[in-house]
Amino acid sequence: MSAVFFFFAAIGAISGAIGVVTLRNPFYAVLSLAFHLVMLAALFLLLRAEFVAAAQVVVYAGAVMVLYVFVVAYVGGGESLPSGAVLRVLGPLFALALVIELCIAMLGSGLSGVKHHGAPYVLGFGTPQHIGTLFLTKYLFPFEAASILLLVAAIGAVVLARRRAGLEDTDEPEAPDEIQIRSAQPGYVGSMAEGAGVRPAPHDPSIDPHVEPVGGSAEVKRGGW
Amino acid sequence: MAIGWYLVVSAIVFCIGAGGVLVRRDPLVILLCLELMLNGANLALVAFARMWGTESGQIFALIVMVVAACEVTVGLGLIVAIYRRRLPIDVDELSELHG
Repeated sequence: MSAVFFFFAAIGAISGAIGVVTLRNPFYAVLSLAFHLVMLAALFLLLRAEFVAAAQVVVYAGAVMVLYVFVVAYVGGGESLPSGAVLRVLGPLFALALVIELCIAMLGSGLSGVKHHGAPYVLGFGTPQHIGTLFLTKYLFPFEAASILLLVAAIGAVVLARRRAGLEDTDEPEAPDEIQIRSAQPGYVGSMAEGAGVRPAPHDPSIDPHVEPVGGSAEVKRGGW
Repeated sequence: MAIGWYLVVSAIVFCIGAGGVLVRRDPLVILLCLELMLNGANLALVAFARMWGTESGQIFALIVMVVAACEVTVGLGLIVAIYRRRLPIDVDELSELHG
């Protein structure tokens, strides 16, 4: 019975992983990853890691996937571009070679436990009570370090993604130069900015862009002067 | 099931993720493939915890999940900042740190 459950979950996990890599639409890739994570949680249950399986479903398939879906909806998630021809051939070849190498390394390692079903089951193995006791006694320092890391990541995400002044317009960095030109020279001195039509000089109607296009009205105005 | 089967599944998932990081160009999908690699490593850690009968591997897997969540928040924040600056969302175009 456990073998049937294992193969069901393993095939689901691997097919979900293949879907993440091959699906063109990022939204479907995110959904495929959520399916993969749920199937992986089933494998964790088979390995008697109840708390890790529950955390996987709640934290990963719940919270992190919601974050992904929101970002895909915000950015747009259009069809992604195909990669270069060299990488498209070499990437899967590299992955295949890595699979073979890892299988040889792990199954041929000579560890006797690899061929068995694991250590005899102790009542309470992998329950939240045992994990919590370990986190607050033996692994207290990693626990505190993880909490500080989460705080740093939350602040970093807010700093990175906040709406800054000048971030909307990519032409904004050129603005300080114009301000310097204007402040360095008096108003009646010609400058390159006036030559480019950025700022017409005062007291000179011939350069005034509102008057120049229509010839008749410009002559009338000149006569008035 | 023998522990070796779980290790084979973890190796396959890890390598699918590694191949995806190499092949895809969308940074969002590259983050998804990094998640795949971390989950393959997590499965191996939990399988080894079952093999030895100690919970240290499960603790390690939980810490890896925390690190993955941090990586996702910072990575998605970067993608949102890139999108706001109207830069192309393509890792080949974004090969310089200079904005």
